[in-house]
Amino acid sequence: MTVQISFTLNGRPTNVDVEPATLVAELLREQLNLTGTHIGCDTSQCGACVVHLDGLPVKSCTLLAPALDGATLLTIEGLQGAPGSNQMHPMQEAFREHHGLQCGFCTPGMLMTAIALAAEKPDLTEADVRQGLEGNICRCTGYQNIVVSVMAGAAAMHAAEGE
Amino acid sequence: MGNVIGIGAAPKRKEDQRFLTGRGNYVSDIKRHGMAAGVFVRSPHGHAVLRGIDTSAALGSPGVIAVLTGEDVKADGLGSLPCGWGISDAKGVPMKEPPFPMLAQGKVRFVGDMVAFVIAETPEQANAAAELLTIDYEVLPSVVGVLEAVRPGAPQLFDDVPNNICCDWELGDNAAVETAFRKAAHVAKLSLVNNRLIGNPMEPRAAIAAYEPGTDRFTLWTTSQFPHVVRFLMGALVLNIPQHKLRVVAPDVGGGFGVKQFHYGEEAVITWAAKRVMRTIKWVASRSEGYVSDRHGRDHVTEAELALDETGKFLAFRVNTLANMGGYLSTFGPNIPTNLYGPLLGGVYTTPAIYCNVKVVFTNTVPVDAYRGAGRPEATFVLERIVDVAASEMGIDRVEIRRRNMIPKEAYPYQTPVLVQYDSGDPMGCLDGALVAADVQGFGIRKAASASKGKFRGLGYSTYVEACGLAPSRFAGRLGARGGLYESATVRVHPTGQVTVMIGTHNHGQGHETTFAQIVSEKLGVSFENVDIVFGDTDRVQFGMGTYGSRSLVVGGAALSKATDKVIAKGKKIASHLLEAAEVDIQFESGKFSVAGTDRTKTFEEIAGAAYVPHNYPLEVLEPGLEEQAYYDPVNFTYPGGCHIAEVEVDPETGTVTLVNYTAVDDVGTVINPMIVEGQLHGGIVQGVGQALFENAVYDEGSGQLLSGSLMDYCMPRADHMPMMKVTTHSTLCTHTPMGVKGCGEVGTIGSPAAVINAVVDALAHLGVTHVDMPATPNRIWRLLQNASLPVAAE
Repeated sequence: MTVQISFTLNGRPTNVDVEPATLVAELLREQLNLTGTHIGCDTSQCGACVVHLDGLPVKSCTLLAPALDGATLLTIEGLQGAPGSNQMHPMQEAFREHHGLQCGFCTPGMLMTAIALAAEKPDLTEADVRQGLEGNICRCTGYQNIVVSVMAGAAAMHAAEGE
Repeated sequence: MGNVIGIGAAPKRKEDQRFLTGRGNYVSDIKRHGMAAGVFVRSPHGHAVLRGIDTSAALGSPGVIAVLTGEDVKADGLGSLPCGWGISDAKGVPMKEPPFPMLAQGKVRFVGDMVAFVIAETPEQANAAAELLTIDYEVLPSVVGVLEAVRPGAPQLFDDVPNNICCDWELGDNAAVETAFRKAAHVAKLSLVNNRLIGNPMEPRAAIAAYEPGTDRFTLWTTSQFPHVVRFLMGALVLNIPQHKLRVVAPDVGGGFGVKQFHYGEEAVITWAAKRVMRTIKWVASRSEGYVSDRHGRDHVTEAELALDETGKFLAFRVNTLANMGGYLSTFGPNIPTNLYGPLLGGVYTTPAIYCNVKVVFTNTVPVDAYRGAGRPEATFVLERIVDVAASEMGIDRVEIRRRNMIPKEAYPYQTPVLVQYDSGDPMGCLDGALVAADVQGFGIRKAASASKGKFRGLGYSTYVEACGLAPSRFAGRLGARGGLYESATVRVHPTGQVTVMIGTHNHGQGHETTFAQIVSEKLGVSFENVDIVFGDTDRVQFGMGTYGSRSLVVGGAALSKATDKVIAKGKKIASHLLEAAEVDIQFESGKFSVAGTDRTKTFEEIAGAAYVPHNYPLEVLEPGLEEQAYYDPVNFTYPGGCHIAEVEVDPETGTVTLVNYTAVDDVGTVINPMIVEGQLHGGIVQGVGQALFENAVYDEGSGQLLSGSLMDYCMPRADHMPMMKVTTHSTLCTHTPMGVKGCGEVGTIGSPAAVINAVVDALAHLGVTHVDMPATPNRIWRLLQNASLPVAAE
């Protein structure tokens, strides 16, 4: 038995039939072929699967797909500028500039959390960022460059808004 | 020419674009037409006789394609998982090497041991069918700790391995050590545990296997750090697939840290199954599944003694260790607590006599193998802890006792009493740099400030050396390695002058696509953008041993450097004809071949073009094309080292340890890309801090259950556990690698655990605390404080 759901995915109207027990992370990866959202654990600890649901960061491995009906979802694939362009979001640019990634597996979730953090608070302190990333685990970087990247990305986001 | 970016520059990473935009290609992202799903059924018991498996209900379940067990493996006459390293005891008796079947046969020996593989149309159907297997276990008592495993009467894992001892290994001159201990003015003693760790690369392991009957070829996509080694071990030794019929691909790999360095049973089972059922099969581990199947790390129990003269000079060092192997021998298992541990017990000191005995022990736990540092963090921890104990007992300052015993810079090359010869280093320089960077002078003021808040502040040092760049094949062979440890690179120059490098190392976060491109850009004078690095695919790359032991730049980079030199040499031959000059007169600089003393030149692109359009070309003496290959086998390990200083604050009310400052000054040899090196150091340090303060794999003795079985129960370091670290390099050049590089991937992990625990002990020293086992969790510290002889109060 499947249910039909309609939602906005990365700015586009999307209609899909899903099994009710499907997790959003699975729907994205298996049915919609958006593999940028990663699954790193089974206990909602690692944060590799963070996406934005109606503008708020959620762990897509703990959300059932039927809950998307009528909602707006943003994934890592929806972050770039114009479709087909290689232009990146200021937070993505900041991660590249400050070496905020190594193996790249936690990176999409880190970026989605970071963008939500920056959107929530204009003047992020280092402590805010470290606390804000508490739900995202990285095993490679030791976090230092991620923290630096998030602060720089947040500043760039707010500078862009101010223009 | 274009944008040449060379050694020492810090360009942004080539690999980042795809990772930042969600366009990485990890194994779990791959889909193939008609793909089935595989699920492993694993033992819920630590130790049991496997009496039988009834598969009938599972086979009748919807969507099920097949259920395979150890009986099927046996019926197909397949080999067991090979161990890549055979060690022997002092008398030359080889280690006990029981078979490690790819699906359990007769017995299960750890929770997570694989007993069946269920293949169905979807993962959901495979999982549902797996629940329907009826498995008849006769449960036996489990033994999980090494001390318990070697006691008389302990449960025995293998009939022909008495007392569960795989090998009683030793190194060093015991007689010389005995003599030195008899003359010692002081002997410091220390018992310690090096806690078991779970690797936790953020990408769980996964594999996809396909068989094409038309060509009789297999393809395995796997989360591996060394696809060629998997092809060799699995093809030649387990499944009997000819090497040319087997392609192993490790695409983007989401972190390895050693955990993905081994040949796993899952890879063999899924490849074997793909042909049996004539379907492409995909398996992706859950994190919790990884906890009971990824190889674990560390797990030592050690007694150490350091003999000193009356001035605090080290006379001799004796170490007795019990090392946990888990239920079977993993690919490099026995090598880690022996050859990668004993030879590092000299550290940066001039200790004249060292003896090390290691009993390598089987227990009912996940097999233990190389993990982030592998043997070297364990050696550093023992040594740097006991140096602090000795200093405290003799009333000598901890920095001073290190200075009195350090190998002076001018004494290199330095032969230790335990096999290895360090080629270069400057431990004193690293120490001096770290003392300044950490503002050790100001520590007293900071300690007083902490005390005024009721908190105890401590400072901890770790001065260390490691052996990297695994490894000289001849040396490794003498120590029991069953393979060579060289590396290969092919440099393919296209007719238009762009370059593709095929290299046998793997990139799983270390930034090789960038670092290696910098080497080629500098050496050939070609644009950084015009160099692509290819790795991780046995059909595209000639051969390679993969990435581990900080070997990629050291060994792989050297092969690349050699291959690039060959390209230049051939380019000179081509240029000599085109420029009508003697070959000895051709110079190559900044991407141009020129005739010495003239203005006649040909660009690199012109030479590349001529190589592929050989109109004016002496074909009788020169082949067309511009592609060169090199294999490089190092002459020695490399020896990065350094000094780490940790500063902690302990809250006596809760037992919480907060890391407040961390300083590292490391000698990694030549730095190709400082941005990447710094990132590698950060990551390693936080791993070591994780071991020291948070991480612990805990088993229940008797049942063999893994109690820390998921990310809910195993405490990983998170961003808010760390302060901003101060990380710098103080390098001496390696004397035997082409570019002077030493490697940096594991440096942080090796230096940091001892620095942190030494700081914790320093913070609590006034209460009579002399040692704290890792991890120094709030619970452990709080209990220590309750039992301390002095009242718990700030000074």
